[in-house]
Amino acid sequence: MATNKKKLSLKDKYQYLTRDMAWEPSYQSKKDIFPQEDFEGIKITDWDKWEDPFRLTMDAYWKYQAEKEKKLYAIFDAFAQNNGHQNISDARYVNALKLFLTGVSPLEYGAFQGYSRVGRQFSGAGARTACQMQAIDELRHVQTQIHAMSHYNKHFNGLHDFAHMHDRVWFLSVPKSFFDDARSAGPFEFLTAISFSFEYVLTNLLFVPFMSGAAYNGDMATVTFGFSAQSDEARHMTLGLEVIKFMLEQHEDNVPIIQHWIDKWFWRGYRLLSLVSMMMDYMLPNKVMSWKDAWEVYYEQNGGALFKDLERYGIRPPKYQDEANKGKEHISHQLWATFYQYSQATNFHTWIPSEEEMNWLSEQYPDTFDQYYRPRFEHWQALQEKGERFYNNTLPQLCQVCQVPALFTEPDDPTKLSHRSLEHEGERYHFCSDGCCDIFKYEPEKYIQAWLPVHQIYQGNCEGADVETVVTKYYHIGAGQDNFEYLGSPDHKRWQAIKGQKPDESQAAKPKNAA
Amino acid sequence: MSVKAISDYITQPKDTVANFNGMQVVYVHWAKHLMYCSPFAFLVSPDMTLAGFFAEVLRPAIKDHPDSTRVDFMEAQWLLNGQGFSPTPEAALLAQGIDHKSMLTLNTPGLNGINGCAS
Repeated sequence: MATNKKKLSLKDKYQYLTRDMAWEPSYQSKKDIFPQEDFEGIKITDWDKWEDPFRLTMDAYWKYQAEKEKKLYAIFDAFAQNNGHQNISDARYVNALKLFLTGVSPLEYGAFQGYSRVGRQFSGAGARTACQMQAIDELRHVQTQIHAMSHYNKHFNGLHDFAHMHDRVWFLSVPKSFFDDARSAGPFEFLTAISFSFEYVLTNLLFVPFMSGAAYNGDMATVTFGFSAQSDEARHMTLGLEVIKFMLEQHEDNVPIIQHWIDKWFWRGYRLLSLVSMMMDYMLPNKVMSWKDAWEVYYEQNGGALFKDLERYGIRPPKYQDEANKGKEHISHQLWATFYQYSQATNFHTWIPSEEEMNWLSEQYPDTFDQYYRPRFEHWQALQEKGERFYNNTLPQLCQVCQVPALFTEPDDPTKLSHRSLEHEGERYHFCSDGCCDIFKYEPEKYIQAWLPVHQIYQGNCEGADVETVVTKYYHIGAGQDNFEYLGSPDHKRWQAIKGQKPDESQAAKPKNAA
Repeated sequence: MSVKAISDYITQPKDTVANFNGMQVVYVHWAKHLMYCSPFAFLVSPDMTLAGFFAEVLRPAIKDHPDSTRVDFMEAQWLLNGQGFSPTPEAALLAQGIDHKSMLTLNTPGLNGINGCAS
């Protein structure tokens, strides 16, 4: 190690602080030290081929991140001191943050746990270091997201108990089960699921809507978090691509295994992002772009180029890509209609889009909105104007794999429910799609133990038999505070008070029709 | 296929009928009425008659749909788990094959949802 140079080159520093910190074991076998490296069937012949495109070392990481966070927290402080929440476009926007905090922030924590675990499992020092740094990134992200949104918790409902809700609330089992599935997989599947399929292929569809959405709606706290996280995300995405190329280049036997994982995790990610589609099209008072446009740019174009690039390794685009492409016309409307009717059981509010917003949807979705979805919303609007706001008082059938209610329609027939079922060892299981049904068939043991919120309520495991008791006691959702219609809600009234508007009770939420 | 795991992977299904305290789950989907976003999941006694199920469970569930008053459950076309099915109103659910996690599909020709758009 003796050297006369005062400063090491980046390359040398990376070498010393990552690869050179590893050693060849002498009295334990490598297999005993890294027992999870082989069982998935992935063959690694030379770990030294692992390239970290950023060559980031821990000392540089700490310095860089500390500077970023100092600036970030200064802006959070300024935002709070200036009552930044009063400058957002409309209080309806805060509902997107509620969805983000309960649905996405806990996934950052799940990613932290996941990378911490798999970082222990690779015998290559480069991969271990990369996982360690990403784990710390993810932990920082969950913390900074919580801090970015904590100011809103002082002024709006529904943000008070997100970690508790993430483990219990019916729709949050969608993101939770996604990450539990990845974290309970082997280390290489985890990397394919999270680093590649999620971070590389789909993350723009999560981050762009929320962060641009924040910018368009005057939420400087969340925008600033987004900028701060962006350099980390860029690193994660680059790493995601490196990971997949590394695995594919190591051995040709890896190709079919990875192809299967790409098929699976593309579809799981796509189903998870259906929540984002609704956020983009319905929850942002100032729209960034439609879900359809976002899907075309970030998946069809970017993803198309990516899979063209991976062709030379023998990888084809994800199996159910065409179904996903067709779904871009429908899923946001179907999701919002679902949350509208089950708003008694959510920690955020829902509403009928305004006339102007419906016209925007007609323009963005000329082939579907007026034909299939506008009549539904206008019918509900008419009921609401009569004081009979619609709530669905039954519980929905959930897909055994993605755990979204079985609400999607057939790719080629938007008037027909997409439903699949099969029997496995004498039990019947139901699915929303061929994509989810395939995932089940491949590993049925994994999904027969799914914790399906509706069945758990019916088994008596959720502190009550009726929706109101489950919602208040088990979910910690404040009935009449956090849930139901937006119009006339405490959030709405508070916003009107902030803006000096007179409350309009004409379309107020009247939960008399609710369970 | 089955799970590749680092040790024996033994799991139990979480939703067997034994876990429902004598009750069972029955799903109902009303075709072309997607205003109800997904099939209903009901918790019912397997000994309930189909007539009782229609009157006490299904009828209240669909009452908010403008087409609901025109539905005659006995005249409708039914599928049970994807197969043609003729309901026997006086018989119990289980006795006519409507077992745990069965799915009934209700087809009501002529009724095509709000504005005929399958909503």
